[in-house]
Order: sequence, then C-alpha cells, then structure tokens
Amino acid sequence: MFPSRFDYVAPDTVEEVLATLAQHGDEAKILAGGQSLIPLMKLRFASPGLLVDVNRVPGLGFVEETGEHLRVGTLTRNTELERSALLKSGYPVMADAAPMISDPLVRNRGTIGGSLAHADPAGDWGSVMLALGAEVVIKSSTDERTIPVSELLVNTFTTSLDPTEMITEIRVPKTPARSGGSYLKMERRVGDFATVATAVHLTLDNGTIKRAGIGLTAVGSKNLQASAAEDALAGAEPTAEAFEEAARLAAEASSPSSDVRGSAEYKKAMVRTFVRRGLDKALELARG
Amino acid sequence: MEKLDLRSRVERSVSRRTFIKGVVATGATVSAGAYVLRSSGASTASAQGAVERLVTLRVNGQDRRVDVMKQETLAMTLRYKLGLTGTKIGCDRADCGACTVLVDGVPKYSCSLLTHQVRGAEVTTIEGLANGDELHPVQQAVVDEAGFQCAFCAPGFIMAMVGTIQESPSLTRDEMAHALSGNLCRCADYPKILNSAMRAAEYMRSTTA
Repeated sequence: MFPSRFDYVAPDTVEEVLATLAQHGDEAKILAGGQSLIPLMKLRFASPGLLVDVNRVPGLGFVEETGEHLRVGTLTRNTELERSALLKSGYPVMADAAPMISDPLVRNRGTIGGSLAHADPAGDWGSVMLALGAEVVIKSSTDERTIPVSELLVNTFTTSLDPTEMITEIRVPKTPARSGGSYLKMERRVGDFATVATAVHLTLDNGTIKRAGIGLTAVGSKNLQASAAEDALAGAEPTAEAFEEAARLAAEASSPSSDVRGSAEYKKAMVRTFVRRGLDKALELARG
Repeated sequence: MEKLDLRSRVERSVSRRTFIKGVVATGATVSAGAYVLRSSGASTASAQGAVERLVTLRVNGQDRRVDVMKQETLAMTLRYKLGLTGTKIGCDRADCGACTVLVDGVPKYSCSLLTHQVRGAEVTTIEGLANGDELHPVQQAVVDEAGFQCAFCAPGFIMAMVGTIQESPSLTRDEMAHALSGNLCRCADYPKILNSAMRAAEYMRSTTA
C-alpha cells in the first residue's frame, strides 16, 4: 500500500520545524514515530499534503527531574520510557503503562508526544497523563504555552493544538513521597488496542487521600478523566468502601461502545473492576 | 481481519458526521484533527529540510544508490528497488512483524518507516546476516530447532531475535516471549520459535564469550 502523494521535509532544528508549520498550516503534519500516522496514511484515512519529519531534530528525547517536575521530551521513544529507572522508582503508573503500549517494535519507534498529539481514545499516555495531572509545553514560531493534558485532548483524533503548533515537552508534577499508581490494561492479544485500560495515581497524607487521579482508556470519544471518582476520593480514608464507590463513579463516567472487543456493558463492568484493583495496587505502593 | 478491524474502528469513531459535529461542538480553535479523513492535496512545498529523490542507503554494509518516492516505505524499497525480497510484507500496517529489519541495530517495522527516514542509518536485512555460507548463530539456531512452519514470518522473527539478543543476551523464556511479541506467526508455531530464540541466545553468548 502507498499513502497518497505528499511532500516531505526533515528539518534539523525546532525553529525550522515551527517555521515550516507556520508557513503551511493545516496542510502540514508532524511525523514523529509514525506508527499510527503511516498506517493511517496508507489506509488513506489521513492525507496530509506535507509531512514534517522531526526525527532528525536533536534534543527532543529526554527524561529528567528538575525542580517541580518530571520533564519528558516529546520525541522520547516508548522503549526508553519502558527502561527508565526514574519512572520505575517514582512514577509507577508510567512505568506500568510503558511496556503495555502496543508491541516492542512499535515502542522502538513510537513517542510520548506523538501519542498525545494523535489523541486516539485507545491511546495509553493520555489516560496516564490525566491521572498524573500532567501538562504539555506547546510551541509555535511566535508563541509558547503550557496547558494541562485535560485541555489538550478534545475529541477522537482531535486536540486543541493549532496546526502551527508542536508539543515539545511533557511536564508531570513530581510525585510526593507517599504516592502510588498503577496502569491496568485488558487487550485481546499483545499489540491490539485496549479493550479497557485504567490509569490510577494516589497520594496519601496522614493516612487520608490527598489527591487521586483516574484516567480511562478506550471507553469514550477520548481518554476520559473520572473527575467524580477523583473528587469522591480526595480527603477520604482509603477504605474498600471508598474505592468501590470511586470505581462505580468511574464506570458511570465511561461511555464505551460495543464492538468486536466486547459489549458496552462488559466494558463498563471492567472499568469498575480495574479501577478498584488499580486503586488497591496504588495504595499498596503509596504505603510502601 | 486486522485491516477491517482498524477500518471499522476508525470509521466508527470518526465518521464524517461525528467528526464535523465534534469540530462544531468544540469551537473554531480545534483544527488539528482535520488531517483525518481530509481529501488529498499534495502541496508543492519547498522548505527547509527538503529531500532529494535520489538517495544513498546503507544496507547490509553496502551503499546503495536508489531513486525513492517520498511516500515509499522501507519495506517497498528493499523488496522492489533493491531486490532484497527476504523482507516480507504481511499486514503492511505495523502489526505482524514480517517486515522487521534492523535500523542501527534496533528492530523496526520497515512497512511503517519511510525510506527517506533511514538516510544515513545502517539497515540490516535477513540477507545481511550470514557470512558467506556460514549462517548467523540466530539463523543456525532456527534451523537446529526447526523453528518455523511455513516460514513466512521467519525473516521478521529472526531479525527481531538478533536485535533483542544483541541488546539483552540473557533473557528468560517469558522475557523473550514479551520481547518478540511484535511478531506474529499465523501457523502459531510459537513454542518452537521460542525454543529457537532461547537456543539462539545461547549460541550468541558462546560466540561472544
């Protein structure tokens, strides 16, 4: 299969990338890992007129803690995130999710920024970043802004990015000491899109829950934030009853559709089960 | 099956109607999603970082001069321009792994890489493994363990094994299964393929020891 005809440029700097985007607007599309974009182009679901390959721009792949944040470069490959000791020690929901993204060959190419910008409701990073309350740094040739991931993800394959903008970095608030997290994913086989997946992040303070973040994958028109469940947990004791109620609220917030992976009812039931299990696992880690 | 599945998934989630509704409902600031399902319009861009059609690829240790269209994938170029038909095209959408090659030593789906993206990189295909008549240890292990049924997936599996074992020579069987999970075998000959991979790791450890 061939994609429709397009033009292709591979600039060496972020400035050149942004200048190209400014010049070509919505004709242009950034090519990062390409593991969703290239298949979509070959199936003719996407036909950008110009591909702007950012893979030759140095300095866009990194994972580091600075000040208040964990900073992840937009072009960091999923394989690098899977191997990151920093994520394993301090960001369990990310460390859980990374090795579950698609399959090893896709992870060798696929990037975190590309995943977020693609905004597939079955994508994993969106839910993880919602649970962690992360932000993205967005640049254009004239501007730079930082917005929460909850404002980035708008709808299926649709973000609030302007065609002239590019995500350059993901900023995750540093996790306090008494924190834990988990990513649970059901897939029919390795490499398939999630049937259901849930991202959970918990922070404790003197035995009560200071903050809970819950993101849901593949059960709505985008990665969903289970806000009602999060609110119910904030300030509560981490009891089985509280977790059960949060799981119920999260399932209520989901709106899956029936497909080959399962019925809507089944997926809702799995959201409930996974959120409860995910909270249990996060609590265990938070208590250390 | 996977093609129909992806097609129906995309069509269901982004039918033209719901897509337009989504854009209307979320306001005019939302336009990034418009690349999905838009009609084709190749632009005539001449921007920074523009590429020439005639490129030099480094494949199996040789420089190969080749005329490459922008929309050509590495799998296409290898098979139909360079005659390296050991690399197979199965699903052609980053799923089955039949097209796996090494790019700078890392296994990747050559069906989902544009050929222009590998300019300057070292590409290794199944044809580049053997040293004359002497098989690569991984190839030898696959022969010794009869790790194939129809063998259409074998070149991809072997390339994934080479990349995996070079990176991590002492994986457990479970870890190996996880590492090779980007490759599919329609004959479902996985136990023997895994036997081969474990044998291959053993051979490679002894050749480098």
